[in-house]
Amino acid sequence: MKLTRDNLHDFIRGAAILGTGGGGDPYVGRLMLEQELRKGANIQILDPDDLADDIFAINVFSMGAPTVFVENIPNGPATVTSVRKVEQVLGRKFNAIMPVEAGGVNATLPLIVGALMDLPVIDADGMGRAFPELQMVTYNVYGVDICPLVTTDDFGNSVTYETTDAARSEWLARGVCVRMGGISQAAGYPMTAQQIRDTAVRHTLTLSLDIGRAVREAREQHQDPVASLLNYFLNARYPRHATMLFDGKVVDVLRETKHGFTVGRVMLDGIENSHGQCEVTFRNEFLIAKHDGRVVATVPDLICCLDRETAEPITTENLKYGNRVKVVGIAAAPVMRTPEALDIFGPRAFGMEEDFTTLEELG
Amino acid sequence: MRVGVDVGGTNTDAVLMNGEEVVASFKAPTTADVGGGIVNAIRSVLAQSNIVAARIESVMIGTTQFTNAFVEGKRLVEVGIIRAALPATASVQPLLDFPDRLANAIGDHSYLVPGGYEFDGREISPLGESEVAEAARDIKAKGLRSVAISCVFSPINSEMEKRIAEIVRNEIPDVELTLSTDIGRVGLIERENATIMNASLVELSKRVVGSFRHALRDLNIQAPFFVSQNDGTLMSAEYVERYPVLTFASGPTNSMRGAARLSGQENAVVVDIGGTTTDVGVLVHGFPRESAVSVDIGGVRTNFRMPDIHSIGLGGGSLVRDADGLTVGPDSVGYELTEKTLVFGGDTLTATDIAVASGAVDIGDKSRVQHLSGKQIEQGLAEIHRLVEDAIDRVKTSVEDSLVVLVGGGSVLVTRELRGASEVKIPDQSALANAIGAGMAQVGGEIDRIFSYESEGREASLAQAKDEAKARAIAAGASADSVQILEIEELPLTYMPAGAVRLRVKAVGDLAMHGDGGGQ
Repeated sequence: MKLTRDNLHDFIRGAAILGTGGGGDPYVGRLMLEQELRKGANIQILDPDDLADDIFAINVFSMGAPTVFVENIPNGPATVTSVRKVEQVLGRKFNAIMPVEAGGVNATLPLIVGALMDLPVIDADGMGRAFPELQMVTYNVYGVDICPLVTTDDFGNSVTYETTDAARSEWLARGVCVRMGGISQAAGYPMTAQQIRDTAVRHTLTLSLDIGRAVREAREQHQDPVASLLNYFLNARYPRHATMLFDGKVVDVLRETKHGFTVGRVMLDGIENSHGQCEVTFRNEFLIAKHDGRVVATVPDLICCLDRETAEPITTENLKYGNRVKVVGIAAAPVMRTPEALDIFGPRAFGMEEDFTTLEELG
Repeated sequence: MRVGVDVGGTNTDAVLMNGEEVVASFKAPTTADVGGGIVNAIRSVLAQSNIVAARIESVMIGTTQFTNAFVEGKRLVEVGIIRAALPATASVQPLLDFPDRLANAIGDHSYLVPGGYEFDGREISPLGESEVAEAARDIKAKGLRSVAISCVFSPINSEMEKRIAEIVRNEIPDVELTLSTDIGRVGLIERENATIMNASLVELSKRVVGSFRHALRDLNIQAPFFVSQNDGTLMSAEYVERYPVLTFASGPTNSMRGAARLSGQENAVVVDIGGTTTDVGVLVHGFPRESAVSVDIGGVRTNFRMPDIHSIGLGGGSLVRDADGLTVGPDSVGYELTEKTLVFGGDTLTATDIAVASGAVDIGDKSRVQHLSGKQIEQGLAEIHRLVEDAIDRVKTSVEDSLVVLVGGGSVLVTRELRGASEVKIPDQSALANAIGAGMAQVGGEIDRIFSYESEGREASLAQAKDEAKARAIAAGASADSVQILEIEELPLTYMPAGAVRLRVKAVGDLAMHGDGGGQ
């Protein structure tokens, strides 16, 4: 994979689709990358399938409210400071950068940091999509320590977290984030090559680029971009089940804020070949889809609401009455569907009453 | 008495209005000499009605000139850009998102200085005053005459932008300044983009507003004149000189506002069918519903207040083809409608011909469409109505059937009931909706800022927001006793535990009238 000014829009569109309704607007991320690429940055991407054994990677991300990100832009150099601090604590240098979250704006920051530090970026992440909290990561599921975690503000003030578990780090860092201005730049989850092989969701940067391209090419050829997106997953190198769950029109959106999350549900009435009603529940990201009361998709499988003509993803904040959307379900990577993983980011981890059932079984 | 003028890409329309009533109207093709066209149009409506210029209390003008100038990248000036933000935001420099052609027209003169605010109003850094002064001297040395000023979270506190303006003015006394806080809402890059657009247009706007003034002086009209902006409210001439960018998309807005006035409906779906396209939008409390997503203008992303309009390729001149099933549009004969259409002696089958053949409309030479079969006419009508129904369904705000108001010259195409419409109204004078919309526009004021419900409380925050929105409407020219709150939007900030809420409040009021012309 090679990121250029030409394929940047594809990559960003793909990352927004993997955002499953959340993850923040990647517009600013695209501009950050555009700036680095114009300066001549050559961002090297490493295939997780053939990592050298001496790879030692650090995950980087922006933490905070997407609504703040649109004013106070994520900060590359501050993230570099966080990385350096983690190195100081460990007494060891990193030789690769890695995204923790492939969906939304956080897909872009690691690429910026890779460019700034002249380090390669690993084509894998810990979510394969977007999730709202720091413990909702496959690395955590399979025993990788988030600590030392460091968060840094725009001035280079930083805080180091040494906690008993990832959920504790999330709790403390979220509070500090408010003091830092509602946005902070983080580095955590230091990982060896073996840990990456064992716990990461692989090839997710490539996936963003490929699905973004599939959608664009379908538009250019006047084919159905949603069908093209689904076909991509079904025929990929590691095929994943992907299906259209519902084709409908938004008839109601309920949205409120609880415990710092955007919580609610969207109701759709069927059009064309879809009949009845579809309800999608969300908590920043889409969690559960039901068709006439029957569950058809559950988190961590990906549920996306796409504009039914262009396949442009629609976020939970932007959904409104009258949107014509196709709701699609995409199977999460196998590493995200184990019992241990579901304890951390299955439906019940979000306070839902349903258990996880695979898309394939529900189909 | 007031005069409404709509300077469109194709036609310039004028109406003379006495209160709600249209006394006289005029339509002519828009000419290169826009000022002359306006003089012509107003002179004509005054002559028709025998009204003396002194009785005109105000003149309202809608224009697409600034939109066109920006999109074409013509007549723009180079802009100095100062952003108060460091050490934040350096990862995205100004102008990054502008297409090369526009970026070249605006030049590469950006200055990032220490400053900016956090979401809760604390300073990121104190303003770097000496850095601002240095930037100003550099801008002066380059001979730039227009400066765009932005600052992180300036929608919650405009002090730093104002101070920057002071410092720059001190260095370059006759400089044109655009402050982002006056232009856009939360979203630094989109707001800054709009600020830069505006700064690039200020010299043109001075000339255009000057030509308007000149035109009115030629007519001996002493009354103030206003220009309509994209959300259907008015700006004073002085305001347009400073903020030309706010006129973008005022065209569809005016036609929707005109539809509201002509039909007497405050809440309705408006279908404006022209010769080439149909614009469909929703009136809420007499104003067009705004778009929730960012709007690109000439390829540049902005966060303007813009009407949420769905456009389709259906109009009086839409081509009708009968092969493999009958189709209507999306292409059309365009401005050659009166030459190419069958009923006007042409050789091209259009939507207008179908309507005439059906017997529902009587224009042109009916005998020229006698050869159409009953099946063709039926299929054509069905397709026209299906297209309109589908567009209505796309913009509707609820499941229930909506009242539909039809305006525009192409509204004759609709001859039957529409699915999804509880009632279809085609008001008299519907072809003048644009100019009437300009003529009756109100004045608005808006705030968009983040409040902390935890520290200030919801009630106090809402009250403060409403007061500020009203004050802005009055400052923009509304009479104080007519100002009311039109819209309140609360957007809780996710991930932020401290009860931070983004509040968007819009107030509108009638234009304060000072004249002695009577008639209201």
